[in-house]
Amino acid sequence: MGPATEDANRRLLRARDAMDRRFAEPLDVPALARIALVSEAHFIRSFRAVFGETPHRYLQRRRVERAMFLLRTTDRSVTDICMDVGFTSLGTFSRVFRDIVGEPPSAYRRRGPIGPVPSCFARAWLRPSSFGEAPPP
Amino acid sequence: MTVPSVLPMMKRLNISGIYVLDQDRALDFYVGKLGLEVDTDVDLGFMRWLTVRVPGDPDHKILLEQPSPPAMSEETAVQVRDLVTKGAAGGHLFFAVDDAHAVHAELRARGVELTEEPTEQSYGIDFGLRDPFGNHVRIAQLKEG
Repeated sequence: MGPATEDANRRLLRARDAMDRRFAEPLDVPALARIALVSEAHFIRSFRAVFGETPHRYLQRRRVERAMFLLRTTDRSVTDICMDVGFTSLGTFSRVFRDIVGEPPSAYRRRGPIGPVPSCFARAWLRPSSFGEAPPP
Repeated sequence: MTVPSVLPMMKRLNISGIYVLDQDRALDFYVGKLGLEVDTDVDLGFMRWLTVRVPGDPDHKILLEQPSPPAMSEETAVQVRDLVTKGAAGGHLFFAVDDAHAVHAELRARGVELTEEPTEQSYGIDFGLRDPFGNHVRIAQLKEG
């Protein structure tokens, strides 16, 4: 570690922020690698080394977290929310959601509204863990 | 009404701190870009005590501290710097403004690294940005009452 690592961390954080902002768009590794000023192959490897998961997995959790938020704060349909957060297939969305959260979107919705917390904290803390999947039902 | 278990002791929050990797760059950012003002900037010999504050709000100061020996070992300082640049050091600052959209536009013009557009929330309109080191700053136009 040292200044070079810190610079690399900071650039990868910038790329992660871009994913957070454009979560509904397809994962664009070339664009993210440009933000991080690394090659595409190196981007995935270094992102994983710094944040503990691949960019793809991070984006999935970000989308699922957004879906969790929308399920509990709106009355929009599950299909609408699935499309809104960047999934193109309801089947994939339902499978990924269940894998990560441990229950289907409709069951999760029944937990009810979320209390008042700044949105950035809801985002960071509602995001399901990437380490260890949801426990078996 | 909840009865406090101890007598009230604290009067107000006076100073809170965040880690910055370079105090000169921190000044450029927090004063030059975000428009805060220097409260105290003094070389104590063993450290540079540097605090900033929101103009007109002298009661709450923000300490901009550089993690380094002898306050912590070099090894620990390296770890802290690593966490700061990963956005994981917990250095959050929340500011209140009158017009989130106007401030967002102004900060964009000043080249600040904005992480989120102004968004309607239950508590108002807010947006996010990062300081040059990785600390998270949130700016909100809060609903009255």
